[in-house]
Order: sequence, then structure tokens, then C-alpha cells
Amino acid sequence: MKVTIDGIEIEVEPGTTVLQAARMIGGDVVPPAMCYYSKLKDTGGNCRACLVEVSKGSEADPRPMPKMMPSCKTGVMDGMEVKVKTSERALDARKAVTEFLLINHPLDCPVCDQAGECDLQNLSFKHGLEKTRFKEEKRTFEPENIGDKIQLHMNRCILCYRCVHTAEQVCGSRNHGVLNRGDHAQISTYVSAAIDHEMSGNMIDVCPVGALTDKTFRFKSRVWFNKPFDAHRNCDKCCGKTTLWMFGNEIQRVTARKDEFHEVEEFICNECRFDHKEVSDWVIEGPRKFEKWSVINQSNYTRKMDKVVIDTEKQILEGRDQDRKKISMKEVPYKTSEK
Amino acid sequence: MSIQNTSLSGRKKQVSNKEMTLGERLYIGAIAGGMATTFKHLFKKKVTINYPEETRPFSPVYRGQHMLMRDEEGRERCTACGLCALSCPAEAITMKAAERKPEEKHLYREEKYAEIYEINMLRCIYCGLCEEACPKQAIYLTKSKKIVKADTNREHFIFGKEQLVMPLDQAIQNTAKSE
Repeated sequence: MKVTIDGIEIEVEPGTTVLQAARMIGGDVVPPAMCYYSKLKDTGGNCRACLVEVSKGSEADPRPMPKMMPSCKTGVMDGMEVKVKTSERALDARKAVTEFLLINHPLDCPVCDQAGECDLQNLSFKHGLEKTRFKEEKRTFEPENIGDKIQLHMNRCILCYRCVHTAEQVCGSRNHGVLNRGDHAQISTYVSAAIDHEMSGNMIDVCPVGALTDKTFRFKSRVWFNKPFDAHRNCDKCCGKTTLWMFGNEIQRVTARKDEFHEVEEFICNECRFDHKEVSDWVIEGPRKFEKWSVINQSNYTRKMDKVVIDTEKQILEGRDQDRKKISMKEVPYKTSEK
Repeated sequence: MSIQNTSLSGRKKQVSNKEMTLGERLYIGAIAGGMATTFKHLFKKKVTINYPEETRPFSPVYRGQHMLMRDEEGRERCTACGLCALSCPAEAITMKAAERKPEEKHLYREEKYAEIYEINMLRCIYCGLCEEACPKQAIYLTKSKKIVKADTNREHFIFGKEQLVMPLDQAIQNTAKSE
């Protein structure tokens, strides 16, 4: 099947969605996705951030689709033509969606541990307004304790349902879900039961915002002060391939490796994530690279950093060795004949 | 006109090497002239001040010692987001965040606060980028009306929260003003 996205033609299998086709092309044409997660089934269609304009339905029916289509749920048709960044309408829609997503988002990025690797932050940085037009009160929830490993901030949740799908598909047993409807909808464990499945930590990685964060990393450091390293260990429950977020010699956080679309490459177990915080537990492969624009690059982790040693006292009091050999210094005799 | 005689700046002068007269060689006239200039300055306004007893008023755009602000209720505004440290070109700022306990709500504005906040004043170049980066209006270089004094010990230049946070009496004044 042939599909044209922003003038770039690509051949894909039947059954691929427009978003997947765009991701195959890569680069600028990939629409942002807040709820769709390629590693999980049935995700997508909630956030509307990936809306695209279909300017030609298919070869058989070339009429354009009247409404914006969510690219994560729209299957490709032969000869389909899609406009992503070339369409004014699609960009306008994305702007509007961003504004809607931010309506109930508390904008506490200075406090939030997700800041710096947050999908909503990236989205609003690219498409958001500088000022909010929302005058009403934002929805707030009572803080709820859902266990000692995962921190839930319901105020920040954008109801993408990714964590619910993770609980269903990765953890097998679902012990948390979405309660109530509309403005009152909230992610919750039923009767505040702690999430204790051995893969439950993946909900932290899957969450596009800071609604589910690592409690063991809470307020420890900002993301961009850590140096991320790829590492692995032998684990019988998962692949054991992780990213370590180091500060000096201390492992502050362990996450799964995330690809260019901020989706985990492979899910990891809670033992790897929470219980192994010693450098000796891991085989460190090397620094993990991020996009050029990412704030994480701030910590200059890819360069080898030599430890700076300044011998203050000696330098200040006596000066450098080579300087002391100069004429004005006592060590060098004044007359050349005295040498 | 040749290049040797041209004065591009217009200030080129021909140096004369003429013989001085006897009157000029006595230098009395020149000395008297010099003394007159000195004497004239006795009656002029002094351009210097007796620092540190006296200080000059700060210019409105001066940048001096940082101050970590408190809000109208006297709570610390800083939430240890790390943006000042991120923006600092001299890497002078270090901080460690901590979680606010329920009984400390009157002390800190946000859920998270800076437990340790240090600025190395020897590294600081007073560029004001931290002030610009701060999303909480917590750090200002213009509010303390102080400049960092000289010292002989390097360690004394690492200012902690005790030197940087707005003093309580000033916070009380602020609160009174806003009410």
C-alpha cells in the first residue's frame, strides 16, 4: 500500500496506521502522541494530539476526509495522502488540543520530577500558547498514596489510559483503573490497594506526564543534572537492559531505555528498577544519547570529564614552578655569574 | 599632502625643541600655575566618599548579592527547580531539594523546597541569568542592596541559605505593606 505523508511516499503493510507510517519516515512529519503507545495494544485515540488532515482518502475514493483524523487510529488506504506539518488546519488543531490538555494540568513543572523528559512539556513548548486563557479553577484531587514505590499526582494526569493498559497487558492482573467520568475521572487503585505486581514500575515510564513518578527518586535531583548511562544485568524476570541515572557515583534512578518517540524499548521489572542502586550490580555500557535539543544533554555526560584539582595554597603563595625561575624570583640568582 | 604630514585624527602636533628662556628655566611660573590648580580644588566638591562609612546609592539596574525571596506570607518562594543552576554560565549555584512536611507549610510555598542552596560568589559573574530563569520569582540580584564584600578566606565566599534568604524583619515589612 502506498501512502503519501507531507509529499513523502512510503510503502507500508495493510493494517498500518498513519502514525506508524509517519514514524517509519521519521523526522519532522511524525505527529506527537500523548496516549498512543506502540508497545501496548488498544492505546490511542484519547488525547487527539496526533490529529492530521487527510487530503485524499484513497485511490478508490479520492475525496478528502472532512474532519481531522487521529493518526494513531486511522488505518492507511492505498493512495492515501496525508498532511501533517504542511497543513495549517492540523497545526491549528494541535495547538487547540495542547491548550485543552493544559486546562487541568497544574503547571507545577518546577516541582515535578518529570520536567525535562515530559511529553506534555515538549508538546506545549512547540505548540502551546505563552499565556493561559483558562479563567476557571483547575480540577484538584486529594493526594492519594498508592504504594511506596510509585507516586501518584492525580492533578497532573491527562487521562491517556496508558498506565491502565500497562496494568492490563504487562502486569497481567489489573488492580488500578479509571474511576468516575468527565471532569471527575481519575486514575486510582481500587480501594487504594498498593500496586504490587513485579512489573508495575513500568507505569512510571509509560506515563507521558508527571502523574506517576518514581517515589525512590522523588525530589532527589532534576533530570538534567543526572548523567544517563546504558547498563544491563542478568535478570530472570526481564531483559535487564536499563538506563541508569547517575549523580557522581550514585545511581539515583533506574528506568527502561526509551527510544526517539519516548517509548520504552523493553519493559523492565521492579527488582531492576527499585532494588539495585549499587554500581557493582550493573555492567555499564556507556553514556546514553538523547536528542540534540534535549535538556538532558546539559550535563555533558558524553564527554570524558577529568576531575579538576586545583592546588590552591601552593599556587597562590608561591606561584607556578616555571614562574619562580624568572628573574624577579629569589630562586634565580641576580647575577648571571653566580649561576 | 604626503602621508607623513597628514593627521587622520586631527590631533597630530609638531614637536618643537626650542630653547627655553631664562624665565622659563626658573620654573617659578610653572610651579605657581600648578599650585594654583591644586588650591582651586580645595573649594570644589569632593568626588570621593568615606567608604565604608558612607555608601553610594545603587543604580536601579545594579546587580549585587543575590536574595532568595519570601512571599507575602513570609514563605520561601524557591522550590529548588534547578533552573538557576542550569542557566548559570559560571556553574556557581548548587542546591539540594527536600520535601516539605505537613507542619512546614508556613515556611515553604511549594511542596518541594531547597534544603541546601549555595552560591559560590567567587564563581558568580553577576550576569543575572538566574534571576531571568527563575519561574517562581525567587531569586533577585537587586533586592538585597548589598554587594559581596572582600574576604581572605575562600570558604567564606560560598554563601548558604543563611546569607541568601530574605531576612525575617524585611519579610515582615513586606507583609505589612501588602496588607
